[in-house]
Amino acid sequence: MAAILPEDRFDALYHYYGGGGVDISGPSLLFRKQVAAPLSMSAHYYVDTISSASIDVVTQASPYNEERTEYGLNVDYLNGKNLLSMGYTTSSENDYVANTVSVGISQDFFGDLTNVSLGFARGSDTVSRSTDNVFERAVERRNYRFGLSQILTKNMTVTFAFDLTSDEGFLNNPYRSYRYSTVAGDGSVSESWSPEVYPGTRTSNALGLRGLYYLPYRAAIGAEVRQFSDTWGIKAQNWQVFYRHPTDNGWLFEVRYRQYSQNRADFYSDLFDVQNAQNYMARDKELSTYESQTFGVTASYGFNFSGIQWIDRGSINLSWDHLRFDYADFRNADVSSDVGNEPLYGFSANVIQVYISVWY
Amino acid sequence: MRFISFIILLVLLQGCSIEPWVMPYERARLADPIMNMDPNPVSSSYLNHVYQARESARGAESGQGGGCGCN
Repeated sequence: MAAILPEDRFDALYHYYGGGGVDISGPSLLFRKQVAAPLSMSAHYYVDTISSASIDVVTQASPYNEERTEYGLNVDYLNGKNLLSMGYTTSSENDYVANTVSVGISQDFFGDLTNVSLGFARGSDTVSRSTDNVFERAVERRNYRFGLSQILTKNMTVTFAFDLTSDEGFLNNPYRSYRYSTVAGDGSVSESWSPEVYPGTRTSNALGLRGLYYLPYRAAIGAEVRQFSDTWGIKAQNWQVFYRHPTDNGWLFEVRYRQYSQNRADFYSDLFDVQNAQNYMARDKELSTYESQTFGVTASYGFNFSGIQWIDRGSINLSWDHLRFDYADFRNADVSSDVGNEPLYGFSANVIQVYISVWY
Repeated sequence: MRFISFIILLVLLQGCSIEPWVMPYERARLADPIMNMDPNPVSSSYLNHVYQARESARGAESGQGGGCGCN
């Protein structure tokens, strides 16, 4: 975030995610306008229409459909080399409501070679359960962020980001259960399920470093690394490389590859030995040990609006990402097999985005 | 936190002693749209949402803390 007001723009995006028995699609809109010399405002609207028969759902519940809608407002105020930002986002679905307020400041230093930003966000969520009218729990979230952008050479720029996030309240999924083994009198082993129990707090930090380099011809290559750890014992790393190639006739192509890995939370197990084996118990595959890879491409076509005076330019974009997840200690409990010896779970997903951007 | 303090100190010290080594007239390439850290914020925000829903890691995502200081 450099200390300049963001450009006036409008984006309309349609997104689709399909994989692992889950289909999610919907629109996303962003409208940004400078309303006075030092003041820019933006509003966004986002919808997820979800149809889920994921591995969790088919082993523990029934497939379901639901919709999540998000609205947001943001104000940016430029004061010299200071950019002050304030934002509010609210989202709701039938069993989850989230409200977040955020403030931020960024400042250019040293001949505008360096930009430093600080931010704080506070979220208040309400978790409910569609099958239980009485159930209602709260979650409080706090996020502190530090960012630094640095021009290194006339061809290279890097950014550094640090995030500290803390959550307090009801942090587990109110529907999900953990699995434990039950031994019958004849020695046969079967599985049983019981509601998950999570700690009431979680604090995490993430460090990210990203670099972008202008190649000797008109193209750019970039790389990103990120380290993450939290108080639940999870450590995660990801890295990404990407290449952008414009053509003379208005096209811009980007290809990217991303790899992510994490180890399991301290209280995660695919199969606990007994019920109430410990204080906290989870069988959420997002808390297990796994790796994922993403390969993605984006094709954009930029054009000028010579016939419409108040529009500068626009672009039409098509993006496809293919994701692959392979779990190391989460088994496919939907497969008939000896309890605890089912095949390890894995799935692929495709993400498609079609969007138009207009600058005015 | 020690690392963050070190970075901040480094930046402040840099300001005391070093003239900008990339002059404004040398930043044409950095101002090229292909050098934008987050050229499509709606798209990158959506993709971060996809990852956040399926990964335990959160924060310090792509597109955050960007900006080329080319103004």
